[in-house]
Amino acid sequence: MSKVSRRKLFTTGFGMAAGASGLVVVGKVAQNYGLIPPDHGGLYGAGETLTYAAQRLLTNHSMAREFPRSEISKKPFANGEPYKDAAFLRLQENRFVDWRLSVDGMVARPASFSLDQLKSYPAHSHITHLACEEGWSYIAEWTGARLTYVLDLVGVLPHARYVVYFSMEKGWWDSLDMADALHPQTFLAYGLNGGELPVGNGGPLRMRVPRQLGYKSVKQITRLTVTDNLKAFGKGLGSAAPEDGYAWYAGI
Amino acid sequence: MADSAVVSSSVAAVASRIEPVRHSAFVRITHWTTTLCFFALLVTGIEILISHPRFYWGEAGNVNTQALFKLPIPASRSTVPTGYGYVLPDQNGWSRALHFQSAWVAVLTGLLYVISSLVNGHLRVDLAPDRAHLSWSAFSTAIANHVRLRPLNGSDAWSYNLLQRLTYLGVIFILFPLIIWTGLAMSPAVMSAFPGMVSVLGGQQSARTIHFFVSGFLLLFVVVHISMICIAGFKSRMRAMITGRPDTNKEDA
Repeated sequence: MSKVSRRKLFTTGFGMAAGASGLVVVGKVAQNYGLIPPDHGGLYGAGETLTYAAQRLLTNHSMAREFPRSEISKKPFANGEPYKDAAFLRLQENRFVDWRLSVDGMVARPASFSLDQLKSYPAHSHITHLACEEGWSYIAEWTGARLTYVLDLVGVLPHARYVVYFSMEKGWWDSLDMADALHPQTFLAYGLNGGELPVGNGGPLRMRVPRQLGYKSVKQITRLTVTDNLKAFGKGLGSAAPEDGYAWYAGI
Repeated sequence: MADSAVVSSSVAAVASRIEPVRHSAFVRITHWTTTLCFFALLVTGIEILISHPRFYWGEAGNVNTQALFKLPIPASRSTVPTGYGYVLPDQNGWSRALHFQSAWVAVLTGLLYVISSLVNGHLRVDLAPDRAHLSWSAFSTAIANHVRLRPLNGSDAWSYNLLQRLTYLGVIFILFPLIIWTGLAMSPAVMSAFPGMVSVLGGQQSARTIHFFVSGFLLLFVVVHISMICIAGFKSRMRAMITGRPDTNKEDA
């Protein structure tokens, strides 16, 4: 009797130790392959990590669905009130000629771009879905410069892992891993349905990430920072969203 | 080793008085894990839903588009016109996190359950209907017994009846796969990798609408399931699903 229970104790103990060290190894490997999101801690960290790791493994090079022109929504819904900060209104009055997008951090040549400069780079368009986590969505044609084109101009250093981007509106910032930052459908968007990008939809310049929910497509962006560590930004969770209880990775 | 022989003979003596194990430990653990996940998914699903209680068909839909139908409830976002003069507190953040975490646990538990039930015969023996029972007369008898709320007795009471088997199979092999599929079809990233999964359904908003109805059917199942347990004998059924044995001796006494 005691023999059996001792053997059981040993196998159980050994099994648990093997399981625990296995988990540590899996965690290390996942970290190396960039499968751990910055908001992996806390009560829901396990779910966030599983979702991010699974989707990253499945979707690294996949393309967001594109639609025929006939599917474009009649009225692209502008969520919330248009941004009305005094400094913003002054820029708007002047047709945004003084709008600047600065790029710094882990880049060889930090730079600042005007809208005209961005528009002089190869323009791309896609007709894609913008889906909000609330449940609504619209389809529109987005035009802009590829984020990867601008990142090439400034020369991203090899150890860079994330691109952090900031809205002119205080408290709105987010970040992308390199898989999404270098993705051909990720735009610095300045056009909507053939015209200028309206302020309500994020004009004059909006990040556009069609493989993630709408809140990753931050409006009115003025600054990009390339980094290998998100700890230094805000509460270190990767974006403003997790500080409000939302996931950093918004692929679902 | 000699000890264990003594133990097993005394167990055998006791076993003649105790019912055989009705639910294996594996079935009990997966059952309660799924139960926990179901209620977490239900509550958080409702929380997510009230941020936009409107439904659409096709690819896209928002407050500027015609709704397929609207739920007559207030919303947790001021941008949704509901006709109510107030906005409910927004609980979408943690609700989404818990929804997906519970979905992961439920899906992994479900996979484990289905695979092991295929291997150990649970599916074939306990769930697949007997050939003899697959007749209209057996079917109508089973329905008649249910309609009259007649509890079964004898050995029949502890084997799944025809309607029960068909219902469980429907939940496991139709409703669960459908709810997972339509849930994934709302993910922009997953859909970039498997676009066919959403186009077959008619679009992302169609997937959301189907997801809503399938969760309604799952809720209906749970309500009926609990009602049937109450009719069949709540205490003994609960004891069976918790300890594995209904322990009817005590109830008879």
